[in-house]
Amino acid sequence: MKKVLKGLAALGVAAALAVPAMAQENAAEPMHFPIKEPPQLHWSFSGPFGTFDKEQLQRGLKVYKEVCSACHSLNRVAFRNLEALGYSEAQVKAFASQYQIQDGPNDDGKMFERPGKPSDYFPAPFPNAEAAAAANGGAAPPDLSLIAKARAVERGFPQFIFDIFTQYTTAGPDYVHALLTGFHQTPPKGVTIPSGTYYNPYFISAASTHMPPPLSDGQVKYDDGSPQTVNQYATDVAAFLMWAADPHMEVRKEIGFRVMIFLLIFGVLVYLTKRKVWHEVAHSH
Amino acid sequence: MSGFQHSTYTPKSGIGRWFDQRMPLPRLVYDSFVAYPVPRNLNYAYTFGGILSMMLAIQILTGIVLAMHYAANSGLAFDSVEHIMRDVNFGWLLRYIHANGASFFFIAVYVHIFRGLYYGSYKAPRELLWILGCIIYLLMMATAFMGYVLPWGQMSFWGATVITGFFSAIPLVGNWIQQLLIGGFAVGDPTLNRFFSLHYLLPFMIAGVVVLHVWALHVAGQTNPTGVDVKTKGDTVPFSPHATMKDGFAMVVFLFFFAYVVFYIPDYLGHADNYVQANPLKTPSEIVPEWYFLPFYAMLRAITFNIGPINSKLGGVLVMFGSIVLLFLVPWLDTSKVRSAVYRPWYKLFFWIFLADVVMLGWLGSKPPQGVYPTLALIGAIFYYAFFLIIMPVLGLIETPRKLPSSITEAVLQKKAGGSLAPAGATAAPETRS
Repeated sequence: MKKVLKGLAALGVAAALAVPAMAQENAAEPMHFPIKEPPQLHWSFSGPFGTFDKEQLQRGLKVYKEVCSACHSLNRVAFRNLEALGYSEAQVKAFASQYQIQDGPNDDGKMFERPGKPSDYFPAPFPNAEAAAAANGGAAPPDLSLIAKARAVERGFPQFIFDIFTQYTTAGPDYVHALLTGFHQTPPKGVTIPSGTYYNPYFISAASTHMPPPLSDGQVKYDDGSPQTVNQYATDVAAFLMWAADPHMEVRKEIGFRVMIFLLIFGVLVYLTKRKVWHEVAHSH
Repeated sequence: MSGFQHSTYTPKSGIGRWFDQRMPLPRLVYDSFVAYPVPRNLNYAYTFGGILSMMLAIQILTGIVLAMHYAANSGLAFDSVEHIMRDVNFGWLLRYIHANGASFFFIAVYVHIFRGLYYGSYKAPRELLWILGCIIYLLMMATAFMGYVLPWGQMSFWGATVITGFFSAIPLVGNWIQQLLIGGFAVGDPTLNRFFSLHYLLPFMIAGVVVLHVWALHVAGQTNPTGVDVKTKGDTVPFSPHATMKDGFAMVVFLFFFAYVVFYIPDYLGHADNYVQANPLKTPSEIVPEWYFLPFYAMLRAITFNIGPINSKLGGVLVMFGSIVLLFLVPWLDTSKVRSAVYRPWYKLFFWIFLADVVMLGWLGSKPPQGVYPTLALIGAIFYYAFFLIIMPVLGLIETPRKLPSSITEAVLQKKAGGSLAPAGATAAPETRS
């Protein structure tokens, strides 16, 4: 125990040395992105027992389909995956058939279009990244399949240590929500916004983004009576994208709980056996 | 203790005798893992050898299955990993175990190494044992680095570019070595292919060196927290069931923490940028290696100035590689006759400062090389070198160690007598015997 305490004391010295370093960082770096940290939301899938809210995912899918999909692909999600959102097989079939999918070549060597099947993937809005960039002011809109895992604002010390215990795994959806609701703000003094871009303090790599504010109140019609506001749309689509990036999250946590319980009980049994084995050794000479 | 003085194995069955006369594998297993005597006073810091063997097995098993679904091609690698995560049955579980398993492998190896430094496990007659361990550590670093490149995300690609770039700093042959490593002038498909091949090969080389490591261990015998040699049979207990049960319990506890990360925060130790496919035209704002390389990365970047003919880049590379070379020399840098830090008050103090220094370097490695950070990293690197090159040799000559117990048993009984919390019934137990 004494050893441990001394070790901790030594670590404390190191931490004390570190504090002035942190203070200086801000002076050396005038602008760090994102300008504002995303607010931390409570999600239905937060925590060890969190699950996806299927109605929310369905609303999020609607927002993606009616708004985001105009520019952003969702290449890694197949229509068959949508059964996880609570849709029946028949509903998925009907949903897929709304899309025209390029297939082929047929026996004549021609490519052709046909209605989508559950095994098809969401078609991309642009044929390639170059076309996407050309149509969007030079910046190709990223694919959204993994965006909820691929964006995380750095947490910093000591927050990143607390995150282990609070199981904070929702940096991605927090970021997506913050970005989508972060438009229409006045940039701070000294920040110049290039033309064709839009100021957004939550954007992770610059002060402004090529993406125009995509959402407005009442833009997407909800059937379940949920508020039709930008904040609600952003929350729903962020949840949907979390599901798209991590579709096995629920089963992962379920199995995890069983594994933890097993290891706990097994550990106690092994410990008791170990104690019995060592009982006589402890005081023999 | 001198390992196998005499084998106590007596085959009981006919098949046992048949094997024993032809190829005494059961005898080897019995002598190594059943009857093998271990010091009775080993604490839980000594259980990490077993934990490391378990982690190596987990990594190899999950890795073999992952390789069945993975495509080592720069156009397919990222997609194949996502295919594993989404469509392969329990592929997400295999990959999360494998990716986080690397981190936990390093957690265990760092505890194992620092335990060796604390209890003087590298001193005669265990120098070779220590060096074999250092070789395993080097192989682990190479394996982990190449494994991190395989998903072909942004950090994979740019990490590979930066780290292979180190070699170009070597005079005359540097560029040639770098091009040999990456198979061209820039990281690309040939890099990915050879890294996959080597990533599959190296774990088996690690397993081979582990066999030598365990062999050397079983010849010299284990050290123990007192550092006093085993003198009588009463100083030891048989490996089974004593060490097997204790190691087994430690493994379950370790797996508990491992499972927590795998199932609840599986992306915590990774970097979000690695979920973006590699793009040679787009450099990430910060290129950070995996956490277990951060102290070395900090030392690399601590050298921001030229030293005579050595420019800052080569200087950084030399300091980084030198920091690992130092580990190999530890058995001869430490001049103390006393093994364990328990009886070396000054060494003990410096040991903890050294540990704090490495933690600080790790933190600095994750920070951008701006402001005060490179200066702090330089101070950290100087202390790192001073610990091995000045403190270790000098302390052994000037330090007055505390009085050593005459035997392991004496140390154990002293501790028992000192601990007033021990139940009275336990010390008076009638089954006390030697």
